[in-house]
Amino acid sequence: MTIVPHYETLVISLLFCVTQAATFSAATASVWSKVETGPPDAILGIAQAFRECQDGRKVNVCVGAYRDTQGKPWVLPTVRAAERKLLENDDPKDYLPIEGDAGFIAEAVKFAYGQNVDLSTVAAVQTLSGTGACRIGGEFLAQFRENKNIYIPTPTWGNHWKIFKECGLETHPYRYYDRSTNRLDLNGFIEDLEAAPEGSIILLHACAHNPTGCDPTLDQWKRIADALERKGHVAFFDSAYQGFASGDAERDASAFRYIADRKTIPVLLAQSFAKNFGLYGERCGTLSMICSDEEERQRLLSQLRCVIRPMYSSPPRHGSSIVKTVLSDSQLAPQYYEECATMANRIQAMRELLVKTLAEVGSTHDWSHVSEQIGMFAFTGMSEEMCDQLTKDYAIYLTRDGRISIAGLNDSNIRYVAEAIHAVTDGKSITGN
Amino acid sequence: MISKQFISRLGRQSQRMSARWQSTSPFAAYEMAPLDPIIGLNEEFQRDDFPQKVIVGVGAYRDDAGKPYVLPCVREAEQRLVEQKLDMEYSGIAGDQKFVDLSLKFGYGEDSSALKEGRIQGVQALSGTGGLRVFGELIRRHGQKHIYVPNPTWGNHIPIFQNSGLEVRKYRYYDASNSSLDFDGMIKDIQDIPAGSCVLLHACAHNPTGMDPTLEQWKQLSELFKKKQLFPFFDAAYQGFASGDAILDAASLRMFVDDGHLLGTIQSFSKNFGLYGHRVGTLSVVGSNADEAARVVSQMKMVIRPMYSNPPRHGARIVSTILDDPKLKSDFYEQCKGMANRINTMRTKLRDELEAVGSTRNWDHIVKQIGMFAYSGLNKEQVMEMRAKHHLYCTADGRISMAGVTTNNVSYIANAMHDVSK
Repeated sequence: MTIVPHYETLVISLLFCVTQAATFSAATASVWSKVETGPPDAILGIAQAFRECQDGRKVNVCVGAYRDTQGKPWVLPTVRAAERKLLENDDPKDYLPIEGDAGFIAEAVKFAYGQNVDLSTVAAVQTLSGTGACRIGGEFLAQFRENKNIYIPTPTWGNHWKIFKECGLETHPYRYYDRSTNRLDLNGFIEDLEAAPEGSIILLHACAHNPTGCDPTLDQWKRIADALERKGHVAFFDSAYQGFASGDAERDASAFRYIADRKTIPVLLAQSFAKNFGLYGERCGTLSMICSDEEERQRLLSQLRCVIRPMYSSPPRHGSSIVKTVLSDSQLAPQYYEECATMANRIQAMRELLVKTLAEVGSTHDWSHVSEQIGMFAFTGMSEEMCDQLTKDYAIYLTRDGRISIAGLNDSNIRYVAEAIHAVTDGKSITGN
Repeated sequence: MISKQFISRLGRQSQRMSARWQSTSPFAAYEMAPLDPIIGLNEEFQRDDFPQKVIVGVGAYRDDAGKPYVLPCVREAEQRLVEQKLDMEYSGIAGDQKFVDLSLKFGYGEDSSALKEGRIQGVQALSGTGGLRVFGELIRRHGQKHIYVPNPTWGNHIPIFQNSGLEVRKYRYYDASNSSLDFDGMIKDIQDIPAGSCVLLHACAHNPTGMDPTLEQWKQLSELFKKKQLFPFFDAAYQGFASGDAILDAASLRMFVDDGHLLGTIQSFSKNFGLYGHRVGTLSVVGSNADEAARVVSQMKMVIRPMYSNPPRHGARIVSTILDDPKLKSDFYEQCKGMANRINTMRTKLRDELEAVGSTRNWDHIVKQIGMFAYSGLNKEQVMEMRAKHHLYCTADGRISMAGVTTNNVSYIANAMHDVSK
């Protein structure tokens, strides 16, 4: 245990005059007086601007949260059923263990790794969704890895950079998306893997890359894996869209499982149930790593607990209780897989309709990248200026990297959005500026 | 796209997922970390198969049958929430604003002028621990190097603040020889703290000692903090649960605000609302004006976003539902008081049983102490002997969670305590 220094006598600061005033004096320097306003979060700040916008035409294609055909949030029927069950069964409210709910964790690990996984070879903890998992994983790696370099794809979800910097890791970009072709820059990717010091941490999106929607093919994953292996890198997967990308949860896990199955590349996995279970605000996820055996698993868990306990003690139990209830129930589980596919299918339909409508309204751009992209987002290729114009002139709220959340499109607004996109992109380039 | 052949091949390969690593594990050199002194106790307890085993470790309330207790007002609030069929959208980095507003009123008082002036603002936090960590990171980012905590304090305070990058220093608090507050020592140590330093205070029901300053002593502390230009931070984990009166339990905090201090507070709703596993709390500051408080909140959000993005909704919605409804709110105060009363009854019973079994030690402090814990005065060896011989589990510092004491086990506990201390 670290020794806490006992109280010692200090020289008293001479900076402040001593006053005996009983009431608050404006002359007294407040401890907070030098604190400036923090900048708004890029994504959540835009969501807030959307809420405050009074324009009747406004469209929200900013935050990656699913919307139904009416543009409303959709709580999965199996999730509602699970909530009712928890209430009927008088689900207790005691603290979960530091590492979380064991039953939930087992279901979550099977969901990601495969139903036949040997649980003694996966050290897993429950986390506050994907953010929490990345943070716990990053803190753990920063504590135990000599090589604290982490390589992050360009582009990526904005919060990745902040999370890993806070963990004390050395953050670096690697080439991922080629804006001049709107496709994967595999050669650049592999070159950057080769150039990274041996044993670096490589952040990988398990499927439905955010924001580009551009995933490697099987053959491309093979080449990536070869490079990871050659350099002894650690593969840190962020899986936020399993089941939600193609509609098939097994299929969406195949790239991650392929790498894990090679058994020559150390693997960590940050898993989120925000999108695929619609549990966004209940903060449900896991952080796991493949280990040798039960003994090693216990050692790793003991260290992960030391990261969690001084951060928030133990995770929140409502979301995990729901996931556990659904995935362990013989009726709810298959129904869940169907509901998840429903969401993915609607998004896929909107994706196709968007590209079709863009052509109908007269756009001559090659939008095939949008057709090929996977998951919740379309990475259009629009410039920051175009995005600003979309917001300013058309009240369409998206992130300034040109990412559109397709979940926010529906039959009522898709033509309007297509027309607006056409208007701001007509005659201009959507490939790399 | 991934081909069908690939997927079927993967199916055959999935059997091999269970095979051991072929190469040396990257984790081979990682050692087993020590168990958390409080939570780790549960694990030891679980492994013990002695039929009369008793645990009085973690501060989680139990009813007289030794069972977890979900407040009826909480169940009713949950029932209403299920019927409302609310969505589960992200609630924003600072959490549920309605919850924050209601919790600030609960803590600082409906009539707080500072609250009405907008000088008190806050964020939803992951209960006490989560709020403490955000606060620690926040003040370290804005120039604080140390934080002062009472000796002793809740064990987890120290790693929380150390992980925030602060050096933890202690001020005298407890006189173990008398089982009482060492007020003179406390005053002397606080007098020597440099101006502008952040000093942590337990708002009520000090954990682990259960010894709180009197109102007169709080007044003296308030004046001393003013004189020394110190920055108070209140940890309020037991409001309503300490005396049974939520307003009385908030007296120290409200006194400091009325006296003009600019301070921070973390409110936990784990114990008083029984919402332990839902991680509900509020972290707030009292600033010199509304703009300043808003700026601080914006900086809190900068800490939260790369830590967990936004807080869980369910527990906060329960608290909101209750505090916003006059009947549920009044039910809450009653039920919370019920818990506090049972604990106080058990305090008296335990002291009486210790006398009855022939202990000649003075156990009056058990009755004097406030809140969930009895700081028994047993030393580490005695505690370990109790575990080994009597299968009675409490933390090594002799802290007993009174919430775990029942009519059925109080004699057993008294016997065990007497046996190791006679």
